[in-house]
Amino acid sequence: MDTSIFDMPHETDVAWCPGCGNFSILKIVKQALTELNIKPEELVMASGIGQAAKTPHYLKNNVFNGLHGRAIAAAMAIKAANPDLTVIVESGDGCSFGEGGNHFIHNILRNPNITHLAHDNMVYGLTKGQASPTSQFGFITPVQVQGVTNEPFNPLALAIALDAAFVARVSIADQEKALEVIKQAISFKGYSFVDILQPCVSFNKVNTWKWFRENVYYLEGSHDPSNRTEAFKRATEKGKLPLGIFYRNEKPSFEDYLPVYKTNKDPLFKRDANLPQLQKLIDSLRQ
Amino acid sequence: MKDISIVLCGEAGQGIATVEQLVTGMLKLSGYHVYSTSEFMSRIRGGTNSTLIRISDEKSRSAFIDRIDILFPLSSKALKHLENRISPETIIIGEEGNIAEEYCPNKSNIIKVDFTKIAKEIGGKIYTNIVSVGIFLALFGVEETISKSYLTKRFASKGDTILQNNVNACQRGSEIGNKILEDGKIKIDLKKDDSVTNYLTLNGSQAIAMGSIAAGLNFISSYPMSPSTGVLVFLSQKAEDFGIVIDQAEDEIAAVNKGIGAWYAGARAMITTSGGGFALMTEGLSLSGILETPMIFHIAQRPGPGTGLPTRTGQEDLQFVLNSGHGEFARAVFAPGNAEEGFYLTQHAFNLADKYQIPVFILTDQFYLDSHYIIPDLDLSNIKNEKQIVKTNANYKRYLLTDNGISPRGIPGYGSGLVNVDSDEHDEEGHITEDVHYLRPKMVEKRLFKKLKLLKKDIIKPELIGPTDYSILLVGWGSTCSAIKEALELSDRKDVAFLHFKQVFPLSDDTAEYLKKAKKLIVVENNATAQFGKVLTLELGIRPNDQFLKYNGMPFSVEEIKEFIAKL
Repeated sequence: MDTSIFDMPHETDVAWCPGCGNFSILKIVKQALTELNIKPEELVMASGIGQAAKTPHYLKNNVFNGLHGRAIAAAMAIKAANPDLTVIVESGDGCSFGEGGNHFIHNILRNPNITHLAHDNMVYGLTKGQASPTSQFGFITPVQVQGVTNEPFNPLALAIALDAAFVARVSIADQEKALEVIKQAISFKGYSFVDILQPCVSFNKVNTWKWFRENVYYLEGSHDPSNRTEAFKRATEKGKLPLGIFYRNEKPSFEDYLPVYKTNKDPLFKRDANLPQLQKLIDSLRQ
Repeated sequence: MKDISIVLCGEAGQGIATVEQLVTGMLKLSGYHVYSTSEFMSRIRGGTNSTLIRISDEKSRSAFIDRIDILFPLSSKALKHLENRISPETIIIGEEGNIAEEYCPNKSNIIKVDFTKIAKEIGGKIYTNIVSVGIFLALFGVEETISKSYLTKRFASKGDTILQNNVNACQRGSEIGNKILEDGKIKIDLKKDDSVTNYLTLNGSQAIAMGSIAAGLNFISSYPMSPSTGVLVFLSQKAEDFGIVIDQAEDEIAAVNKGIGAWYAGARAMITTSGGGFALMTEGLSLSGILETPMIFHIAQRPGPGTGLPTRTGQEDLQFVLNSGHGEFARAVFAPGNAEEGFYLTQHAFNLADKYQIPVFILTDQFYLDSHYIIPDLDLSNIKNEKQIVKTNANYKRYLLTDNGISPRGIPGYGSGLVNVDSDEHDEEGHITEDVHYLRPKMVEKRLFKKLKLLKKDIIKPELIGPTDYSILLVGWGSTCSAIKEALELSDRKDVAFLHFKQVFPLSDDTAEYLKKAKKLIVVENNATAQFGKVLTLELGIRPNDQFLKYNGMPFSVEEIKEFIAKL
């Protein structure tokens, strides 16, 4: 598949380390977008801060590269202001679950029609190797010198507990399957969350490419993604990490509930102040 | 007497606001200029709160005054609460249990009315307040047709019995009021002005909210916080009529990032918050600085630090607003002094933010927002909304370097170009750069110096009130305007003038002329550190000679400023 409409000029200086999982994610995201026939000018990619958050700069599309942890908040507003846009959040585990945890929680509840691709390498790369919320128990870093003592953050279990609309996990070590799930996530109407397992070749010497191949397996074909209890059970399993679409729960999105789009589908930028209506409001204050 | 001051004082939940609303509404329809303002505790029930209603026969006495002509104590603690404001001339109308005589310097001015007993005869204690409304109406000669139709509008939906009980309660109150007049205990000599009946009644929150509607606001995300919430509530009520996306954010950090995201996608957005909430937004403010995304911040000041006095007033956040946000970038700050200014400045703020792609602040406070004003009109004929969005082409660069520093602002999905914004230092296309030799200084100059230069040519000038050949100049900003203005009028001093600033940053250089002309320059501010005085020094190199500051959480009263002027 020719994904070149999303390609940046050849001389673009990519800030990732050689062998980084981000390259593969970038590749399959471009592929998914191309296969779904999404045009670069109708796509906004929002991100925060971190190595993953640089992704939007490396493909041709509209970029909103905002603050650490705040990408989901901005993305939700971008979609609400113009529902015609395809809006994707790409950010890492620190940005999505650490700094941005509150926005993650509340946008699962709000259910804007956006896709959230979380690059999950279980470590902080850009700040050079400290623990991330998803680092595994005992993971030793320059700060967590005795090993991590927090329980690892489980974004899937959290999302399912909050009755999220679409919850999936993929590993970038299997690009073919990851592509399929990411395509489904982007096409899904509502908040679609995909946790993307990826290695950090510079700072995570535990969860390597090899580790991600050996410590995962796929949910069986018989798994029913409409069964929330089962989905939660699978998301909280100990041992090898299941991959695939855990839970799917179609429901009206945040934008569906907005009165502004009930009769008028125009995005907000096409609208002007309603001065005749305001005059009526002013006149109502005379009594 | 040119104006009458009436105070209602009681517990939260006793319905003072209902009386305020009914009385001010009906008095206005009868042709009186009415203004009201409230001071209240941060609680839903109990405590002691008071509402001042000023009724006058000339325009807009919209300032806080200490003087109380008639006082209605609605709880036993009311008189103690107002101890310092009760004078021998104050007439106190209340029931036995609410009149603590040790706080009444003139016993002959006590008029005892058994409100509860009357209310119970009518149908229940709930009608107590309507009896007081009736007294008001009689004292000011409000015609029965006005009161009946007003009560019907208000209570008809609650059923015939309740409506009739309210009409009866009002009638009983009127009889008492007429008796008071006959006995000669109160004489009210105010002329009615028919033109007032067509005036608008609105509070400060409504003025700001309607100004934003006039500007084409179509997105607001905020987290509730006193005293800023009124704006969010009003806009929520009107959201469907005006096509506004309302989002109650999970926190203030989310709110500001959503506002910026909405502007990026072509909306006209605003947040409303108070100092503590804004503290959480400061990284977002800085983001709007580097993204060059317009943003409107309505900051409703209340006394800090920390939680401070949540329901009280102050002007403590000017320096915070001016200096918040890491890094260096341009901004503008407005501070309305009355309802009209709140409306027009807010509408103007959106155009300014859009034109120069900067954050713009509207700085109000509890006193301003919770004041109910009566104004002749709001004129929409000159309202122009200048949306500065361009359709992009394939070569579009969001941060194109231009002579004046403003890059045409495209939005995603409008045109064939791509719109890249980045909180990292960026190149003209909006991609990350570390070019410290050329691009970094260019971008700083663009965001800071070039925009400030443009802003300085686009300033709302301060308003001089009083004699032009003054030797003493009082300087104020925002909500202190009405009290200073009225005190000055009452003082009748030929050598003292007042300069009211509606735009507090940046200042135009010619403002200095006003200030230099004064032999004595005095700042009057609702804070402890003369924050605007510091702006004058920093921006214009002029140091005020004196300052009159109040920082107890209450607005200035006309009397205390008058007293201050008298000593000059």
